[in-house]
Amino acid sequence: MFWDALTLQLGYNASLVTVGATLLGISAGVTGTFLYLRKRALVSDAISHATLPGVGIAFIVMVALGGDGRALPGLLLGAAVSSWIGLLCVSWLTRLTRLSEDAAIGAVLSVFFGFGIVLLTIIQTMGAGRAAGLESFLLGATAGMLFNDALVIAAGGTLTLLAVLILRRPMTLLAFDPEYAATRGINVARMDLAIMALAMAVTVIGLKIVGLILIVAMLIIPPVTARFWTDRTDQMALISGLCGGLAAWIGASMSAVAPAMPTGPIIVLVSFALFALSLMLAPNRGVLAAYLRHRRFQRRVHMRQGLLALAQSQPIYEAYTMRLLKQAKLALPDGVPTDAGRARAAKALRDEKRWELVRADQAFESAAALYDGLRDIETVLTADQINEIDQRIGGPKEVTP
Amino acid sequence: MKVELAANMGVAPMAQVLAQSPLAVRGMTVSYGQKPVVFSVDMTVAEGAMTAIIGPNGAGKSTLLKAALGIVQPLAGQATVFGQPLEAARHRIAYVPQRASVDWDFPTRVIDVVLMGLYRELGLLRRIRGKHLDKARACLERVGMTDFADRQIGQLSGGQQQRVFLARALAQEADLYLLDEPFAGVDAATEKAIIDVLKSLRSEGKTVVAVHHDLTTVRSYFDRVFLINTRKIAEGSVSEAFTPENLNKTYGGRLATGQIDQLELAAS
Repeated sequence: MFWDALTLQLGYNASLVTVGATLLGISAGVTGTFLYLRKRALVSDAISHATLPGVGIAFIVMVALGGDGRALPGLLLGAAVSSWIGLLCVSWLTRLTRLSEDAAIGAVLSVFFGFGIVLLTIIQTMGAGRAAGLESFLLGATAGMLFNDALVIAAGGTLTLLAVLILRRPMTLLAFDPEYAATRGINVARMDLAIMALAMAVTVIGLKIVGLILIVAMLIIPPVTARFWTDRTDQMALISGLCGGLAAWIGASMSAVAPAMPTGPIIVLVSFALFALSLMLAPNRGVLAAYLRHRRFQRRVHMRQGLLALAQSQPIYEAYTMRLLKQAKLALPDGVPTDAGRARAAKALRDEKRWELVRADQAFESAAALYDGLRDIETVLTADQINEIDQRIGGPKEVTP
Repeated sequence: MKVELAANMGVAPMAQVLAQSPLAVRGMTVSYGQKPVVFSVDMTVAEGAMTAIIGPNGAGKSTLLKAALGIVQPLAGQATVFGQPLEAARHRIAYVPQRASVDWDFPTRVIDVVLMGLYRELGLLRRIRGKHLDKARACLERVGMTDFADRQIGQLSGGQQQRVFLARALAQEADLYLLDEPFAGVDAATEKAIIDVLKSLRSEGKTVVAVHHDLTTVRSYFDRVFLINTRKIAEGSVSEAFTPENLNKTYGGRLATGQIDQLELAAS
C-alpha cells in the first residue's frame, strides 16, 4: 500500500499531492539553503505568518467581485502581497529603529497573524462565499487538491528554482562576506530582498500543502540536514533540495496511505527524521563521529602519558592507561614494560625531549606551533632537522619504534 | 591671528583632484549615530606606491576605506577611482577585508573563496572551467597556499585565512588593492608572504593601500603614510610625513616618547 503511494499508484488525487509536495520540498530545500547561510532563517517565519491577512482580504475582495472566493491564484496573490508588506515591516523596523531583528520578527509575526485570524473570523460570520476550509491555510489541506492547484505549485516551484540558479553566485558571495560582496558591485539590500522574495515565493506556493505555520520547517530543516554532509555551498544546496524533496515525497505518500493523517505535519516529521539521522551519523560533523574522534584522541593521550611514565620508571595510577598498555602488549599486568614497551617508551621520551628543544628554538617557530604533545615529530620536521636536534641531545642516534 | 589646521579641511571641489589618482577622497565624513568617526577627510593616493593608513584604535582607518568603497554610507563626501566615479571603476579595485569579518565555518573550500575573486569574469551563469581553476590555483601559489586548495576554510590558521583573502583579491587582477589590517594577528611566515606579494604588486605598477597597526614596520614596508585620527593629520612620503611631531598629533599622548625615539632609530 505504502509502496503504491510512493510509486504514484494510489489514485489521481494522491498522486497529484505527492508530485506537488515533492516539487515544493525540492524548491524549499534549495531556497532555504541561502536563507540559512545568510542567517535569516527566522525571517521566513515572519513571512509565512504575514500571509494570513492577505488570504482573508483576497477572499473578501473576490467575494465582493461576485466569485465564491476560493480561486487559489487569487488567494495566493493576496498572501504574497501581505507577506511582502510584513517583510518590508521587518526590514524597516530593524533599519530605522534600534529594535533588533528578532524583536522585529516577533512583532510582525504576531501582529499579522492576529490580524489574519480576526479577518478569518469575520469571514465566517459574513456567510458570503464558500468560506469553509479557508482555515486550512494554517496547516495545509490536500484533500481537495485540484489539478490547477498542482499546476500553480509546479510552476511556482520551477520558477523559484530557476531564480536560485541564476542568483546563486551573488547570494553565496553575500552570505559569506557581505562587505566584500558590496565592493564587487552587489547591491546588498536588494540582494537580501531577493533572497527573502524567493523564500516568500516558496511560502506562498506551500500554503496549500503544508500551511503557513509549518512551511518554515521545510525551509530550515533540509539545509541544516545538508550541512552535516558537505563543506561546499553548491553541494549543500543540492543535498538540501534532495532532502526536502525526499521528505515531502515520503511524507505525502504516508499521509495518503493512512486516512486523516495531515500531510504537512507528516512531511515535517519525516524531514526531522532525516535530520536526526544526519545529526547522529554524518561522517565529519555528526555526533557519533565527534564522539569517536574524542575517544581516539583520549586514547592517544593516555597511551603517550603511559609510555612517558614507563620511560621514566614512574608508577601508572590511571586504570585506563594501564589497560591500554596491557592491550598493546607494552606492559605486563604488574606494570613492568615488555621489550616492545621499553622501545616505544624510549622513543616517546626522545620525541618529548626533541619537542622541548624545538619549542625553545626560534628557528623552529612554525613547527613549534604544531606541538600538541602527541604528533610524531617525523611528520613535522625533516630528517636533517631531527638529526640536528639529536646532535644537541646526544646519546644513541637510532631508536626503532 | 591666523588659525592653522594640521591638514586642509573643508569641502574641496572634486575638479581639483588629480585626475589619475587611483583613489581620491574629498570631504569624507562618516558617523555612527551622532559621533563622526571620520570627519571631512581628504586623501589622494599616489599611483604605484604602497601607502599605510595609520592611527590609533577607533580613529576611523577602516571606516575611511569602507566609505571610499561604498560599503558604509558616508554623511558627506565622495570618492573617485582613477578619476572616475566609484561605480564606473569598481572592477579596478580589490578589497581585502578584515579576517574577523566573516564566519569561517561557512561551507566553502579555499579554492571556492579564491574563485569568488573571478565573480566578474564568471558572471551569473558561466560554468567554472579549467582556465578559471588554473587562475585561482596560480593566485594560491603566489601566497604559498597551493596545498590547501581543497581544505574547508575553517581548518585554516588565522594567517592562512588572511593569505586566502589576499589570493581572492589577486584573482580580481585589479589595479588598486585596499587591505584592512592584513597583518593583524598573523604569524611571521604569513607576514613575510603577504609583504612579498604586496611588493611584487608594486613592482608591477599596482597601487597598494593598507590599514596598518605596527609602527615599527612602516618604514620597511611602505613608501607613503596617511595619518588619521578622525581628522586627517598628515599625508605624504614616509620621510616627510612619518615624523615624531605628526605621530604625536595622531596618537595624542598615547605613544611614549621612548617608542617614538625607537622609530627614529629604525629610520637612521
